[in-house]
Amino acid sequence: MVNLTIDGKQIQVEESATILQAAKKAEAKIPTLCYHPVVEPYAACRVCMVEVSLKGKADLVTSCNTKVQEGMDVQTNSERALRARRLNVEMLLARAPAAEPLRQIAKELGIKKTRFAVKDPEEKCILCGLCVRACEQIVGASAISFIERGTERKVSTPFGEPSEACIGCTACAYFCPTGAITCEDKYGRKVIHEEMYLGPTTAIRVPSRQAVPMVPFIDKEACIHFKTGECKICAKVCDREAVNYEMDDTLRDLEVGSIILASGFKPFDARRIPAYGYGRFPNIITAMEFERLVNASGPTGGKVLMANGEEPKAVGIIHCVGSRDENYNAYCSRVCCMYSLKFAHLLGEKTKATIYDFYVDMRCFGKGYEEFYHRLLKEGTKFIRGRVSEINDLALTEKEEGKLIIRVEDTLIGTVRRIPVDMAILAVGLEPSVDHNQLAKKFNISCSQDTFFLERHPKLAPVSSFTDGIFLAGTCQGPKDIPDTVAQAGAAVSEALALADAGKVELEPITAEIDDELCSGCQICVGLCPFTSITYDKDKGISVINDALCKGCGTCVAACPSGASQQKHFRDAQIFAEIEGILLV
Amino acid sequence: MSKAKPKVAFYWCSSCGGCEESIVDLAEDILKVVAAVDIVFWPVALDFKKKDVEAMPDKSIAVSFINGGIRMSEQEEMAHLLRRKSQLVVAHGACAHLGGIPGLANFWNKDTIFRKVYQTTVSTDNPGKIVPQEKSVVDGYELTLPRFWDTVHPLNDVIDVDYFLPGCAPHRDLIINAVTAILEGKLPPKGSVLAPNKSCCEDCDRNDTKPEKLTIKEIKRPHEVLLDPEKCFLAQGVICMGPATRSGCGERCIEGNMPCRGCMGPTDQVYDQGAKFLSAFASILDTNDEKEIERIVSTIVDPAGTFYRFSLPSSILKRKRMEAVK
Repeated sequence: MVNLTIDGKQIQVEESATILQAAKKAEAKIPTLCYHPVVEPYAACRVCMVEVSLKGKADLVTSCNTKVQEGMDVQTNSERALRARRLNVEMLLARAPAAEPLRQIAKELGIKKTRFAVKDPEEKCILCGLCVRACEQIVGASAISFIERGTERKVSTPFGEPSEACIGCTACAYFCPTGAITCEDKYGRKVIHEEMYLGPTTAIRVPSRQAVPMVPFIDKEACIHFKTGECKICAKVCDREAVNYEMDDTLRDLEVGSIILASGFKPFDARRIPAYGYGRFPNIITAMEFERLVNASGPTGGKVLMANGEEPKAVGIIHCVGSRDENYNAYCSRVCCMYSLKFAHLLGEKTKATIYDFYVDMRCFGKGYEEFYHRLLKEGTKFIRGRVSEINDLALTEKEEGKLIIRVEDTLIGTVRRIPVDMAILAVGLEPSVDHNQLAKKFNISCSQDTFFLERHPKLAPVSSFTDGIFLAGTCQGPKDIPDTVAQAGAAVSEALALADAGKVELEPITAEIDDELCSGCQICVGLCPFTSITYDKDKGISVINDALCKGCGTCVAACPSGASQQKHFRDAQIFAEIEGILLV
Repeated sequence: MSKAKPKVAFYWCSSCGGCEESIVDLAEDILKVVAAVDIVFWPVALDFKKKDVEAMPDKSIAVSFINGGIRMSEQEEMAHLLRRKSQLVVAHGACAHLGGIPGLANFWNKDTIFRKVYQTTVSTDNPGKIVPQEKSVVDGYELTLPRFWDTVHPLNDVIDVDYFLPGCAPHRDLIINAVTAILEGKLPPKGSVLAPNKSCCEDCDRNDTKPEKLTIKEIKRPHEVLLDPEKCFLAQGVICMGPATRSGCGERCIEGNMPCRGCMGPTDQVYDQGAKFLSAFASILDTNDEKEIERIVSTIVDPAGTFYRFSLPSSILKRKRMEAVK
């Protein structure tokens, strides 16, 4: 450690520290332009000049790249330092009079106008080269550098042409201290909308503000470090040293006594119903998209806006999209009615729009749900009973011009209606999650007709699967709302704990057995066992049943083509004897 | 006087003659058999008459090998005669053992078979609609023919059978082993099938090529697909009766790149080979959709002939219900 004095303040810093870093610790303010903590200092702008006395000898140095020494006495605002700084700033100001941060520093130093000749009053670049160093050191692309000499000197790509080395990361614009470099896409928009969580974003990010756990991840596809091996800015700026580039996905084997499957659902893909126009017309959005739209931390800050930025004057909410429909899913998704009512309520709160709610049947089955429906009825939402047949933009009258036309049979007044709206929200239903089938295969879970996981008994064992120790929770077992999911998950956990608490499991006495002497190893039974209790013993060339897993369902017994697999107490010989006994009477 | 050699008889009933061939196929080994035994009756090869057998004392024949199913009264009569004259009767070959391919006629009866064979086939020219009669008078002489039954029976339906030699035709090793066992008196329990009691997959070289989970999506017939000579037939979508069929046949079909047709019959613990295979086969269909199952099953040409090719008369089904036969 090194002891030094900054503006009369005694401090101790590490030997490798620069005067600027030491000054920061001493809370002494030194202006900088070309300095950035993650880029090697270069002392180009020279606004960080300080006066340093060491062993009786005083000198002016740039604080950003001068290392501390034992016994240094640093004066950040001595008359000599300020004079030098003022002169440097004046010269920079003549070069780049439009650079706002530079003008700010000049103002603080009491400079009203530069005494030197101004070449270009619009110029912002101070030729500090921070962008060049960032492109080289951080990005590893070295796509830009200084070209020309003397007064013509500027930052550019080779020959001023689009460079293949440039990866379009916009780091140069990010690092530029004076705003001289800007990055825009071909539509003139700022490229990264970090605050919006829409479109392009940074390579290290938190997936959404509701993410649990609230930790960022690195998108390796997009990360510069994984392209060039450089950058590592996130690691440099992370005080906690939490960023780890070596960390990789790992597969871990865990031995567990029971498993709770809670693999959830995926929303119905509204594109599958072409007549509803999702993806074809603007302002037709799904429930999840609307949810994002009204979120206070969403892209519009919670305002309900259309694609053109205006507030809709009429909004249609369409129920049962992909649910209760023989062409898609015959089952009721159970949650859509209630979230649709919530949407209607939010729309009423946030907009002045006329709200139409197209429902097939209003299913308000939960606690307080019916009351909420009545509240909506009073709030003035227009409820139309009937399945929407089509949403298009074919206007028949002037009033319909520029609107989305919802065609629906109003079954309560018995006529087909055309309702023009500005925005349509599709209340999409629930479907089993993407990897549902693989999971079902892996855990040997049966699926009911609606393709959700089948519980052992609809009334008496609603959280158990057919395999002991595997329990179901949430929408993987069927569409359900949050209260039901929480209840089922609690029950599943209790079941799992009950098993753990007992410390032992009771086995089925009536199981199947395979006779070693008779099994030819044809392996037909192996894939059939719903409890994965049969394995093929390659050495012996026979199939073997694990008694602990066998539930005695008899599938293998029925399938065994050579009769080697027999169900204890229900052997073929016993059953045939019984049949013969009955027939003889 | 040297010790008399044991007497052996061979007889054929409703069969194709392949089982007789299987005796001839013993090649030089037949000399050993001939040296060890006295063949006293073998209509296909030696000139003995029924009256010669009738003249023998009861139980004087050590063993009679009878092949073919029982389809006519004459066959039943000969079976009873040989049973009376023999100490042991061996049902020789798939037809005597299970009923065999002629047993598939049990889907019809005498009338429908005669109508088809003597009247309605494309090549039949029979304007008088003459069908064989049990009795007919020609030039004042009364001629008789054996009675043709409605149903083909395996041999043990009509007489007590001691052993069964399975296969169409039985593999030479099985025959040699059976003869040796009889000559040496090392006999298994009565009623045994003289072949191993495991299914064909046991010996099949292709068994290790089965995938982890054996499933069938599409059924293909051998002529519709270029068969992989090393891969399990079921894994190729071709119906192979091997898993439900007794081994010991020497896997001759498999080696010829043809799936097992089930001639060796079921293993001891299986009551009905066709039903058992159907049960196994249905289990590995790779769908739960009823329409899809219906579609796959509809692609099986001749399901009864496929699953019960050799075993219909000895199965639980035995035959089509008589009143259902038009």
